[in-house]
Amino acid sequence: MADFFAQYGDLLLEGTLETLYMTFIPTVIAYCIGLPMGVLLTTTKQGGIMQAPRFNAVFGWFVNLFRSIPFMILIFFVLPFTRLLVGTSIGATAANVPLAIAAAPFVARMVEQSLEEIDGGVIEAARCMGATNWQIITRVLLVESIPSLLRGLSITIITVFGYTAVTGAVGAGGLGNIAFRFGYQRYQTDVMYATVILVVILVCIIQSVCNLLAKKFDKRNR
Amino acid sequence: MIEIKNLSKIFNTKSGQVVALKNVSATIENGDIFGIMGMSGAGKSTLLRCLCLLEQPTEGQILLDGKDVAHLKGKELLAAHRQMGVVFQGYNLLMQKTVAENVAFPLKLTAYDKVAVQKRVAELLELVGLADKAESYPSQLSGGQKQRVALARALASNPQVLLCDEPTSALDPLTTKSVLELLKDINKKLGVTIIIITHELSVVKSICNRMVVIDNSQFVEQGSTQAIFENPQSSMARLLLGKED
Repeated sequence: MADFFAQYGDLLLEGTLETLYMTFIPTVIAYCIGLPMGVLLTTTKQGGIMQAPRFNAVFGWFVNLFRSIPFMILIFFVLPFTRLLVGTSIGATAANVPLAIAAAPFVARMVEQSLEEIDGGVIEAARCMGATNWQIITRVLLVESIPSLLRGLSITIITVFGYTAVTGAVGAGGLGNIAFRFGYQRYQTDVMYATVILVVILVCIIQSVCNLLAKKFDKRNR
Repeated sequence: MIEIKNLSKIFNTKSGQVVALKNVSATIENGDIFGIMGMSGAGKSTLLRCLCLLEQPTEGQILLDGKDVAHLKGKELLAAHRQMGVVFQGYNLLMQKTVAENVAFPLKLTAYDKVAVQKRVAELLELVGLADKAESYPSQLSGGQKQRVALARALASNPQVLLCDEPTSALDPLTTKSVLELLKDINKKLGVTIIIITHELSVVKSICNRMVVIDNSQFVEQGSTQAIFENPQSSMARLLLGKED
């Protein structure tokens, strides 16, 4: 055991940090893009506060288009863009580009779902008080849905976390890369098991933290 | 004074036109507690949605002190909204905000003076008898208390008119009584005109000085509550009052 850690400890630590880097940076970027997209998807719907059904249909189709591209293909598909943006197409930083692009429409749908849960009566009440659309979005929609948004966040993080294994397999580093190199190419199953255990632990931590936050921020059941 | 003038609302649906309001007119004087009574499907909700400016009528006007507010847009619409407080059957409170924050919500839409907002919120909570619940969340309150919060919130911007949509339909009889007492009290203290839409006879009887009966998208009878209760003319009023077999 001690030998194992002496030999692979640094490697696993580095891989973990890389995986976390490739998880959190794209998630943040994906929310920067996906949150406004989700708000737009919800508010432009028929009966929404800025209803524009035709725009909504086209925009929804656009979001689905990106959602439907398998991630592996998306990585290659956006390679030129990745190169343009970060100057390289390999490594963890380069992986952040397809990861963020894949996660953004996913986030948009998660946010849409969270905002849909809000009772239409509350929105109408805000309108009756003379709230502008912007005020309804920022003070009603995004505030009332905080617990749900946080639960969506945990699902998003874990999904991106899973995607990092794919980018790892195509040379971006991280735990996925280690598992691929040692487990698949060298048959060193002990290293692969170690990565699996690490992954499970990380996912559990992410899920618990998000659940805890969602519960803490939810004022409905006290 | 609110004048409802020849108001009609027609919805275009896939299966054809649905007339929800047919040429209704009424005048509501300042300081009135005005009841709009009718059965489900009579057009009450559509009328309320027109009155609280969520829906534009197909024809006709709603005059607030002589000014038509039924067809406003943009900033003028927002300003008109602030002259009317609305209380809903389902309370429609922000569940993630405290009672005080809920009441402060309409104030914060326009005002930025934190101290003034706080003072006004305290005043309003005092008025509805919930001063001790300022830091509670709606989920911790009973139905009657939630409706009191909604009432405080509706009154926050000093509206001329308070619209109440089935304000007591979800409450038990005792709580209903106390909420109605409060409405009466507010009407007296603040002089705010109150319009109550309801299907409950007892509500109209106990607090409204004037009323209309709405049936099949039309006002079939209007006048003082006392006169209508004593001597209903329309068949719908007679039916509602149990004076028809």
